[in-house]
Amino acid sequence: MSLDTTPALTPVDEARRQVEICNACRYCEGYCAVFPSAFSQRAFSDGDITQLANLCHNCRGCYYACQYTEPHEFALNLPAALAEVRVESWERYAWPKGFARLFQESGVALAGALVVGIALLFFALTALTPEAGEGFYAYLSHGAMVAIFTPAFLLPLVAVGIGLHRYWRDVDGRPITFAHLKSAFQDAARLKNLSGGAANGCNFEDGDRYSQARRHAHHAVMYGFLLCFASTSSGTVLHYGFGMEAPYSLFSLPKLLGVPGGILLTIGATYLVWLKTKADPDLGAASVWGGEMAFVLLLGATGATGLALYAATGTSWVAPLLAIHLGTVLAFFVTTPYSKMVHGFYRLAALIRDAQRPSGAV
Amino acid sequence: MTQLDKTRWDVIVVGGGNAGLCAAIEAAETGARVLILESAPKPYRGGNSRHTRNFRCMHRGPLSVLTGSYEEDEYFDDLIRVTKGKTDEHLARMTIRTSEECLPWMEAHGVAFQKSLSGTLSLSRTNAFFLGGGKALVNAYYNTAQDLGVTVAYEAEVKHVVVEEGRFQGLDVLIGGSETRIEGRALVLASGGFQADLDWLADAWGPAARNFLIRGTPYNRGVVLRDMLDQGADSVGDPTQCHAVAIDGRAAKFDGGIVTRLDCVPFSVVVNKDGERFYDEGEDVWPKRYAIWGRLVAAQPDQVAYSIIDSKSINNFMPSVFPPETADTLDGLAQKLGLPGTKLRETVTAFNEACQNGTFMPTELDGLSTNGLTPEKTNWARPIDTPPYYGYSLRPGVTFTYLGLKVDDTARVSGPTGRFANIWAAGEIMAGSILGEGYLAGFGMTIGTVFGRIAGQEAAKHVA
Repeated sequence: MSLDTTPALTPVDEARRQVEICNACRYCEGYCAVFPSAFSQRAFSDGDITQLANLCHNCRGCYYACQYTEPHEFALNLPAALAEVRVESWERYAWPKGFARLFQESGVALAGALVVGIALLFFALTALTPEAGEGFYAYLSHGAMVAIFTPAFLLPLVAVGIGLHRYWRDVDGRPITFAHLKSAFQDAARLKNLSGGAANGCNFEDGDRYSQARRHAHHAVMYGFLLCFASTSSGTVLHYGFGMEAPYSLFSLPKLLGVPGGILLTIGATYLVWLKTKADPDLGAASVWGGEMAFVLLLGATGATGLALYAATGTSWVAPLLAIHLGTVLAFFVTTPYSKMVHGFYRLAALIRDAQRPSGAV
Repeated sequence: MTQLDKTRWDVIVVGGGNAGLCAAIEAAETGARVLILESAPKPYRGGNSRHTRNFRCMHRGPLSVLTGSYEEDEYFDDLIRVTKGKTDEHLARMTIRTSEECLPWMEAHGVAFQKSLSGTLSLSRTNAFFLGGGKALVNAYYNTAQDLGVTVAYEAEVKHVVVEEGRFQGLDVLIGGSETRIEGRALVLASGGFQADLDWLADAWGPAARNFLIRGTPYNRGVVLRDMLDQGADSVGDPTQCHAVAIDGRAAKFDGGIVTRLDCVPFSVVVNKDGERFYDEGEDVWPKRYAIWGRLVAAQPDQVAYSIIDSKSINNFMPSVFPPETADTLDGLAQKLGLPGTKLRETVTAFNEACQNGTFMPTELDGLSTNGLTPEKTNWARPIDTPPYYGYSLRPGVTFTYLGLKVDDTARVSGPTGRFANIWAAGEIMAGSILGEGYLAGFGMTIGTVFGRIAGQEAAKHVA
């Protein structure tokens, strides 16, 4: 291949070249949704390729099963080709655009965001120390927290929404029905596309051996994150709806959701990081390996610092840990539209779009 | 690698494809010390098994992904039909019967199955498809073998089988540029056919064979087969024949695999390089005709043919891996394909004038036939008149060769003085014992699995 002087294809063109070869083979039909979706077509627009790329969960089953990987002249590596398209599409759809390249590719940038977030919170704790207040609010008033976190939560959501809208237009999305949502959420909840189809799991940390490790680790992170999110939401409801203010006891809704959530999130993220160090980086988007790693660490850190903060209740560690935890959460929220975190939104959109495909059309 | 010649192996398996792996796993499960010598480098391990996709399996009721039932007699009848009776009924029936217990064994040793692929629904009752295809099966077996302690040497080319007084003693093997003698107590030969040795093919078939494409591995050169035949091993199968199908003429010389198939022939007119038709393109559905077309194209000048369709038919068949040549006129297409334009136009005009009115039904024999043409096209005959026109070149693609080692029902190989004491064979190297002519989809993997397992069990019994 070293003598190959053909100009490098764009990620979309390279993925299209590969998908067209797949479409003449079809051996991988049973692995995941990418293949039945691809095999229902004969020609692939840029939008089609983008949709396939976001449908791909990088389970890698197709790579290890492929008879056309290098050194074969077809040089197929579909998981990597689709990963490159995926990353490029998130950059293209991001608003504002430049941030996405920065935070996707650079783990250092994400770490920088973390430092800035924590520093901001330390500054807030110092500058805005309330005169009176209970629990955390003794360090930072409820009003100050709301003033910081409401925009930090809502603005990224708006940015993600803009990106999704652009995606939906490109992949020719149709009006969404309850049935589409049901199908997509069921697949996402079970991570069906990391299940390997008839195989027992996917190929990730141990070459061509199937394993459920990545799916289980991702489940822990996803459900841990959702529990933490539910915990915060329940706190908000208790605060505004019932006038019950933090801190909450162990047998309150925020704690019953948040503590297991934090534990799951921390363990899951640690497990994912370990698995990622074992996996072959050449089967993903190599350019964003560092950024993805930093993102998983950041996500795990939101859980770990939250648990640490709870464990420190009543000690002098509360103030610094509060700044560290809230700073971590802040960095996580603000970078959401530009970090690996967007994958969840785009994957879900791709699953909804796939549910709109007439079934059985080949 | 250097330690391979320091050990006296219980069982040495030559060839790391499906049959060899099944033998190695069976032998290793009895506790035997097993070595696999695979001539390919690791990325290309597995011989032609890496290009396969399913396993034809007898079953008396629903079994795993298989629906309904497929009983011994029906299976055997199917075999008789494709081989025109050229089979060993005893071995064939035993293979068919044993296939039923093989499927659960395969699953227990790591093979995942899926329902039949799109476009192959006609096989959902008879053939179990490997999830991801044959390479995924090969990977699974290598993992299982590794877990059982089997040693695998890649790029290990066996040059000579040392046989003394009907007994295998050792192998001369080329590994890493140097030849080594490796000793063992039992030998399983599972190194495939000779279809990648173009000189041998040309000797057997004639010089035209040099223009054939080899669909599978370049590593099946038949070195061990020839060595055994030279030492007087009993052979079976027609030495001059190979199984060839019509494939995309632009495919690479070796290893093009499944994607080089072209399904457009029934909807086209096919001409040779002189622009002349030579056979009924619409005789039957393509899965029943692609093997015949391998021979038909092989008989044409320069072993090449061209399939011509118009825009009406472009979506009636599976997409090809290489895009067709396209032009708005037949002359333009002829130029791109290197065909005589006037002659092509004459051929197509004559064909178009012979087409009749009727209903075109692409998925069944529609009886839409030409009238008064030589040769007639008896189904799917629609005028080629709606540009753009598309053209594909066709060449014979060799799948496997028939000549092999004769074995008995314990997979034992025999020679000048009766059965060899400790040599067994499995897979393509002995498939000619059962498959004397033609091919039945998924049957190669059945022979490989059944005889691989038997050979491994027998070899292990011998050294126990």
